[in-house]
Amino acid sequence: MSFVSVRNVWQRYGDRSILERVSVSVEKGEFISIVGASGCGKSTFLRMLLAEERPYKGEIRIEGGETAVEPNRERGVVFQKYSVFPHMTVQENLIAAEGFRTTFGRLHGAARKEAAQRADQMLERIGLSHVAQHYPASLSGGMQQRLAIGQAMAAKPRILLLDEPFGALDPGTRLQMHDFLMELRDETQMTVFMVTHDLEEAFKLGDRVLVFDKPRWDPQDPNLIGATITYDFDVRHGGIPHQDILDQFPSLAMG
Amino acid sequence: MRLINHRPARPGAVLLAAVPFVVLIVAYSIASDMRLAANPQDKLLPALSTISDTAQRLFTVPDKRSKEILLWKDTVASLARLMGGVGISAALSLTFGLAIGLLPYARSALSSFVAVVSMVPALALLPILFIVFGLGELSKVVLIVVGITPFMTRDLAQKVMDIPKEQIVKAQTLGASSWVITARVALPQILPRLIANMRLSLGSAWLFLIAAEAVASNVGLGYRIFLVRRYLAMDVILTYVIWITLLAYVIDWLLKTVSRRAFPWMEAGL
Repeated sequence: MSFVSVRNVWQRYGDRSILERVSVSVEKGEFISIVGASGCGKSTFLRMLLAEERPYKGEIRIEGGETAVEPNRERGVVFQKYSVFPHMTVQENLIAAEGFRTTFGRLHGAARKEAAQRADQMLERIGLSHVAQHYPASLSGGMQQRLAIGQAMAAKPRILLLDEPFGALDPGTRLQMHDFLMELRDETQMTVFMVTHDLEEAFKLGDRVLVFDKPRWDPQDPNLIGATITYDFDVRHGGIPHQDILDQFPSLAMG
Repeated sequence: MRLINHRPARPGAVLLAAVPFVVLIVAYSIASDMRLAANPQDKLLPALSTISDTAQRLFTVPDKRSKEILLWKDTVASLARLMGGVGISAALSLTFGLAIGLLPYARSALSSFVAVVSMVPALALLPILFIVFGLGELSKVVLIVVGITPFMTRDLAQKVMDIPKEQIVKAQTLGASSWVITARVALPQILPRLIANMRLSLGSAWLFLIAAEAVASNVGLGYRIFLVRRYLAMDVILTYVIWITLLAYVIDWLLKTVSRRAFPWMEAGL
């Protein structure tokens, strides 16, 4: 049983078909890059993984669970912007990652102290300790995105969804964010889905790259046929799959 | 250089700000002098010295019969009505604004209704309010509430809807319930707007208050102005007008200061 399984998912708005026959299985700990032209439905696909939208038909299961009807704690998310709360300080944003699930959305006493300690550890890890008491608006774009990623991770989701997380950053900051994300991922072995426009980024960070495109075009009605996953590259081992097959199945070497 | 790029330096800017006030006072004195020269008994434009004498008397000398200083009594009565009306409006508009902004069902049910109600000319309802709520305090407070709540509600609902969807989704992925999203994400972000709305509405609130007091009351700043109008006591009226202006200005300044102090994150990006 794969960790995340997407089975025959369709999405349409009115009579406009966006996605059709999307099926993919993802193992725990895989980093999935999602690329494709504008309007190919890759963001729609991410929104369905996020359960912000429900599929028109088909199912999306995490560890065999039911298809979710609204965003929940199984999914962490980082958007291109607006993913942190502007009225809370950097530290409060991280504490909120643990506090929002409570009845009144606040932690008190010992629970708050522990959460604050964990928040400080997270701040250390994402390199924002020096701005713990600042408000997000006074941070640079890269710092805000690091905070957003840290906040999503602090809630301990099962899958992390990134919607063009570095799209608004300058190239230098983007490279730093790549290193940061790779380190964080090596530590946590999180399952990640990342939508990006940047092919280089997709191949550099991902274990697999999913390409969304329309398999066919109806010349009379371009909206008739939706997009689907047209390629599913395994990027590990320099893009050459089955490199480690002998490690997995030593018996094959015998013959 | 273009006109739009000419900027006054610091001392010049202060001086410039004072010019309109000085012009107004000078123009008034000239007009007043001219009328008083023609007729020393003229009551329409009393001399500045007369106004200041009257003001001193109004602020310090008690009324002969009631032994109370009427101006303070009027001020307390009017401010209580004003604060009551604006306070109730703020609470109502906050509740409905959040509901309309966050809950699709409340939005479907209420948003057109509020839009229509905000077009009702509140002053035209005054006779009805007097009949329904009597001539006491209630009808005056209700007039202010009816007059400013719909507009404030609409604006706050819009502000809630302007909160980026990303934040609402993010809060859900952190496990926040609808209540937590309301109290911890939406409410803190629209409180500055609520104060801004109160500042904007105070102008209308004063208008409604004075109108209601002018029609039926036995105490209040508006009541006094319309009472002494019968004696053509322009010096009293002008003192009251200046006093109301001052009160309004101070309240506005207080709200602005509260907003700046209470919401430091608003200015973090500046």
